[in-house]
Amino acid sequence: MELFTNQVLAGIATGAIYACMALAVVMIYQAIDHLNFAQGEMAMFSTFISWQLMQWGVPYWWAFLLTLAFSFAGGIAIERLLFKPLAKAPILTNVAGFIALYGIINSFAGLIWDFTIKQYPTPFGSSPFLGSQLISTHQAGMIGVTVLLLILLFLFFQYTRIGLAMRAAASLPESARLVGINTSWMIALGWGMAAAIGSIAGILIAPVVFLEPNMMLGVLIYGFAAAVLGGLTSPLGAVVGGFLVGIFENLAGTYIPGVGNELKLPIALALIITVLVVKPAGLFGRPIVKRV
Amino acid sequence: MTAMLNVKDLRAYYGQVQALHGLSFALNEGSLTTLLGANGAGKTTTLRAICNMVRSTGAIEFEGKPLSGRSTENVVRLGIAHVPQGRGTFTTMTVEENLQLGAITRNDKKGVVADIERMYEHFPVLKERHTQQAGTLSGGEQQMLAVARALMLRPRLMLLDEPSFGLAPLIVRELFKILGKINREDKVTILVVEQNAQLALELADQAYVIETGRIVMSGSAAEIANNEDIRKSYLGY
Repeated sequence: MELFTNQVLAGIATGAIYACMALAVVMIYQAIDHLNFAQGEMAMFSTFISWQLMQWGVPYWWAFLLTLAFSFAGGIAIERLLFKPLAKAPILTNVAGFIALYGIINSFAGLIWDFTIKQYPTPFGSSPFLGSQLISTHQAGMIGVTVLLLILLFLFFQYTRIGLAMRAAASLPESARLVGINTSWMIALGWGMAAAIGSIAGILIAPVVFLEPNMMLGVLIYGFAAAVLGGLTSPLGAVVGGFLVGIFENLAGTYIPGVGNELKLPIALALIITVLVVKPAGLFGRPIVKRV
Repeated sequence: MTAMLNVKDLRAYYGQVQALHGLSFALNEGSLTTLLGANGAGKTTTLRAICNMVRSTGAIEFEGKPLSGRSTENVVRLGIAHVPQGRGTFTTMTVEENLQLGAITRNDKKGVVADIERMYEHFPVLKERHTQQAGTLSGGEQQMLAVARALMLRPRLMLLDEPSFGLAPLIVRELFKILGKINREDKVTILVVEQNAQLALELADQAYVIETGRIVMSGSAAEIANNEDIRKSYLGY
C-alpha cells in the first residue's frame, strides 16, 4: 500500500509538470489551432537562461522571475516574427514552422551550452517532505508552485479585463474584433503566457531530469498526452489530464511487468492514440463540429 | 443635418467575386435608416465593408474620418457598433460577461457598471439570466443580448444585420420598439439591414433599396412603403 501511495504522490508531482506543459500547448492551440511542437524546446531554452543567470550569481528566485519575463517576451517575439505571417498559411506550412523552430532552438542551446548533462539546483531541497518518506520536498514544491500558478491563471482569466478579452478572442475572433478587441495582440499575449508557463515547467523538472538540450522531449510528449486526454479545447482538461497522465505513468511503470522506465514513452504515445480513437474530443473538450 | 456616415462608390469582393458594384449612400446623424433587399443583394456585405471585414474599395467616411485602412477593431473604437448576422454571441460565457465584453474598450469602470444596470432595465430578461451561459438563451433573448452588448460600447452609430432573423413576430415587434427607443432617447444613429421590409419601414425614417450590389431606390421610409411598384418588385409584400 505504501508503494502505491508513494507512486501516486510521485505521479502527482511529475503530473504537475505535464499539466503546465499541456496548459501551454492548449493555450496556443486555442489561439491559433495548431500544436506547438517547439513548446518543450522553448521551455528548455528558458531553463538554460535561468541556469546561466544563476551561474552569474543571480539568486534562484530572481533568476526564476527574470526567466519568466524573458520567456514571456520571447514567446511574443516568436509569434510576431514567425507565426503571425503564417496565420493564413496551410497546416503543413505551420507544422514545418514549428519543426524548424524546434530544431533551431535545440541547436542553439547545444551551441551555447553544449550537450553535456548539467546539475540543476532546487530551492526546496531533496529531503523527505515533513519527515514523511512518501514524497520529497522538491516534489512537494513542484506541486505547490503549479497549484499556485493555476490559481493565479484562473483569477487572471476569470476576473481581469484582459483575461476576458483573451477568452473572447480565442472563442470567437470575429465577434471579439466587433467589440473592439485587438485579437492579433491577444494571440501574441497567449504565446507569451504559454512560453512563461512552459519555462516554469522546465525549471521545476530540471533537477529531476537534469539540464541538457533534449531534456524536454519526453516531458512534451507527456504534455501532449495530457492535453489530448483532457481535450485540446479545454484548459481545465489539460490540467486534469496532466495529473492523470503523471499518476498513470508511475503506476504503469511500477505494476505492469516489463514496462519500467524504458517503455514509459511508448505508453504515453499509446495513450494519445487510444484517446484519439476512443474519445477524440478528450475528457473535457467539446467535439469539433463543422457544417459541410 | 450633416451626414454622419458617407459611403461613396463602395465595391466589395469575396475572392474573385464582386459583391457590391459602386454603392453610395449617406446616413444623417440621429436617423434610423433601413437597407432593404432580397437575399444575396449585398446588404450584409455593405455592413461588413463598413467595418472592414471584407476586401473593398471606395470611400467610407464616419464623422469626417476615412475608415479605409483601419482594422475592424479600430473602426469599432470610433463608436460604430455592429450586431452581426447570427448575433455573434459569446455562447460559452455568461450573459454579464457578454455585456462586459461590449464595453471592453471603455475605461470608465463606474459608467460600465451603470450601463449594465441600464441594459437590465431595457431588457429585464437579461437580468434574470445574468449568470447563465449565453448559449442557453433562446434566439430572441440572444438577439436582445446582442443589441445590449452593442449598446455597451456607447456607440454613435449602430449597425444591425437582420435582427428579426429567426424570431417570432411578437418578439420582433418588441425588439423593434426597443430599437426605436434607443434611437430617440440615446441619440444613437441606426442602420438596420432587413428582409422583413414591412416592419423595417414602419420603424425607419429613411430607406434604401439594394439589388445585386447597387442602390436602386432611396427615400423616406413612408415614400418607399407607399410606392406600390417598389413594394411589389423589390420588397415582395
